[in-house]
Amino acid sequence: MQTVLSIAVDALAYGMVLFVISIGLSVTMGLMRVVNLAHGAFAMIGGYFASYAVRDLGLGYAAGILIAIVGTVIIAIPVERFLYRRIYGAPQLTQVLMTIGITFCVIGITNFTFGPTLKTVPLPAMLQGSVDLGFRSIATHRIFVIICGFAVAAGLWFLIERTNFGIKLRATIDNAAMTAALGVRTELVYAVSFAVAIALAAFGGVIGAELLPLEPYYALRYMVTFLVVVSVGGAGSIPGALIACLLLGAIDTTGRYLAPEYGEFFFYLAVILIVTLFPRGLVGRMK
Amino acid sequence: MAVSMDQSLTAPSLVKRLADSGLIGVFAIVLAGAMGYLLMPNNLALLTQIVAVALLVLSIDLVTGYCGVATLGHAALFGAGAYGAGIAAVHFGITDPVAMTAVGLLAGALAGLVSGLVILRAHGLAQLVLSIAVIHLFHEAANKASGWTGGSDGLSAIMPNAFFGLFEFDLWGRTAYVYGVVLLGLVFILLQILVRSPFGMLARGVRQDQIRIAAMGASSHAVLLRMYVISGAVAGIGGALSAISTQVVGLDSLSFTLSAEALVMLVLGGTGSLYGAMIGTVVFMLFEDTLSAANPFHWLTVVGALLIAVVLFAPKGLYGTAVALADRFRRRPA
Amino acid sequence: MTPVFEVQNLNKKFGGLVVTNDVSLSMAPGDRLALIGPNGAGKTTFINLVTGNLAPDAGHVQLSGEDVTRMRPAQRVRRGLVRSFQVTRLFHDMTPEEHLALAILQREGRSGQMFGHYSGRVRVMDETAALLDQLGLFDLRHLKVREIAYGQQRLLEIAMAMALKPKVLLLDEPAAGVPQSETALVEAALDSLPSDLAILMIDHDMDLVFRFAKRVVVLAAGTVIFDGLPEDVTKDSRVREAYLGSYADAGSTA
Repeated sequence: MQTVLSIAVDALAYGMVLFVISIGLSVTMGLMRVVNLAHGAFAMIGGYFASYAVRDLGLGYAAGILIAIVGTVIIAIPVERFLYRRIYGAPQLTQVLMTIGITFCVIGITNFTFGPTLKTVPLPAMLQGSVDLGFRSIATHRIFVIICGFAVAAGLWFLIERTNFGIKLRATIDNAAMTAALGVRTELVYAVSFAVAIALAAFGGVIGAELLPLEPYYALRYMVTFLVVVSVGGAGSIPGALIACLLLGAIDTTGRYLAPEYGEFFFYLAVILIVTLFPRGLVGRMK
Repeated sequence: MAVSMDQSLTAPSLVKRLADSGLIGVFAIVLAGAMGYLLMPNNLALLTQIVAVALLVLSIDLVTGYCGVATLGHAALFGAGAYGAGIAAVHFGITDPVAMTAVGLLAGALAGLVSGLVILRAHGLAQLVLSIAVIHLFHEAANKASGWTGGSDGLSAIMPNAFFGLFEFDLWGRTAYVYGVVLLGLVFILLQILVRSPFGMLARGVRQDQIRIAAMGASSHAVLLRMYVISGAVAGIGGALSAISTQVVGLDSLSFTLSAEALVMLVLGGTGSLYGAMIGTVVFMLFEDTLSAANPFHWLTVVGALLIAVVLFAPKGLYGTAVALADRFRRRPA
Repeated sequence: MTPVFEVQNLNKKFGGLVVTNDVSLSMAPGDRLALIGPNGAGKTTFINLVTGNLAPDAGHVQLSGEDVTRMRPAQRVRRGLVRSFQVTRLFHDMTPEEHLALAILQREGRSGQMFGHYSGRVRVMDETAALLDQLGLFDLRHLKVREIAYGQQRLLEIAMAMALKPKVLLLDEPAAGVPQSETALVEAALDSLPSDLAILMIDHDMDLVFRFAKRVVVLAAGTVIFDGLPEDVTKDSRVREAYLGSYADAGSTA
């Protein structure tokens, strides 16, 4: 029973980190039809910013998150302008190569600047320790992450379903040419979505640093995981991404607890089964 | 109007016909092989590894360049060949180098069949994800089956016999190198025949328009799966060569990184041409050897920048760009 | 004569919209049938159902007495049901000669051969040359398809279908995009097709339809409203209503 609960909490927390990081990827891939392998690199950049701000400059955790988001978006703007714009609508192989190239560069530069060692983002006192539920205690940080995940999901749901911007966003995902013809400035929709996606990735990179440790190969190590979320959930679908993250989080965490000697064997086996059974994603719409 | 065009432009030129027949390629392989032997006699192990990886890159070219399937998991086929040959030698006492190569070929073809069956079930992003999942699955499986593969320590003590009982695998790797160059030449000739054959033409058709292929009564899936098996055989030979020459097989031969790097080599040289695949491998690996000795992380930055540069400025790769330039040069003075 | 091609009670809905409503049709060898109808009548859907690119909700498609309703498109092609596309679908990096040689090899079941170049096969080359010549493409045979004019690509599209030697040929607007000066080539190509081949043609060019077809079927809102001789079609009141009633501006079509 104890184990089941531990697995459940860890799986939920892990799934939520995955969700916060990859939901932006899912929306932008549904929107711009770009296979973006570099998304995890932006989460990593966010984590490094926060680590530097909190650990080396001694700033607060909240300030670290803010610096991470702003800093990562500032780095992402020229990358989008000069590199991503060149591959919208290009063949898939081209997109794969360009975004892998960006990932490799980020890894190399990160290592040159910060070295190959693991970086942490020290938690504030509030998030350390654990909460006692009477029969069992849970790490406060896990609860924080889970709450953040739900908050992001709710916030995005509100943004997409209830605001003017959301209407334009959904219309652009559906049919970009027609939406542009109706007078919506789709390039603005693209730019805002890209910025939000990067901001969320950075945010996820910071709050998830305990579960997805920060080191230069982060961008490569979790590249597949984020892509899998989009592929399994279906690009552009929030409920799809949420289900996919919880499912993959559960599979991965259970595998680590029960059969650690198999590494991620069962995770990838599950990915193959799910993607083969639902080639367009669980809630998918992308062809 | 196109009709009035000079006949010499519409008929294949002599150079192109020679290139098509593969004679130039074999000549180039032999020449480059001899030059390598003479210029870098102390570095034959590196040169042999280049030949092995060239076989992997050729095998990616078959599915990516000719058939249009983007894959990031092709090292699975190479690693299968390497482990196949290594396990045959260590656990079954099959130490004849030619027999080891044959085992590698079969193991690679089998891995090609398995990954083809998985990867070809989907398209687009899902296909790419499947290809990545396949290489990780192979990697984890090899890691777990350490009784057979040596796990993360690698499979060592692979001792190939002397060639036909005559040529020992010496400390300087001369025998392995010559064997590798001969293998590459043979594979190149066979692939050159393959890509010019009706089947090769069909494969190019699959890349360009699968609906038209179906409207002709052919099955894209069957073509792709067959090509995956052939591709696996080629990569498997490369893996076996690597096992024979280094006498070790490590988990890195089944890694995502090797898959991605091999794809980079292909794109650097130029997809859809056997020459491009080989040129890309040689340039990339010689470059890597020089640079990564200094700092492996700088090397990663350079690969990344190189990729971005190729995508932006030379999407046809080194060979493709050279051919396009030569074409333009040839047409202008007409 | 026994029908070589038969469609029975074919039905297809997209959501609540009925796009093919109980369509039945049969063709004997040698038939020259034109399928016409106003825009949105469901002609393209009908073609896709017949070729297997769409699955029908109900009904059957038979080829020489064999039920092919559940077969994949490629299997139907191998049994002699061949189509051409309204918008050209060709291999842009390949030459007309390669296209036709590949189609001929495919027809003979030899497109999977892994050795030898097609140019070494005398019979394939002869047949390719004859087809190229017939459609006026011989001089372009070594150019890549993307380097030749669209009208010529349309001709190659027809040549591809001919190279497969079908029993039933579905031509989806064969003259669409062909310049006026070259439609004669298309018509000549159609005239030269084997007399025992059953051909179903969709086209908006009524001049071409009247010259070519011996029988006309009119489709409106997914339903067959006329099946008869070309000279009777314009007199039919339902046809007049379908074209003029709901589409005031039917242009040259009515």
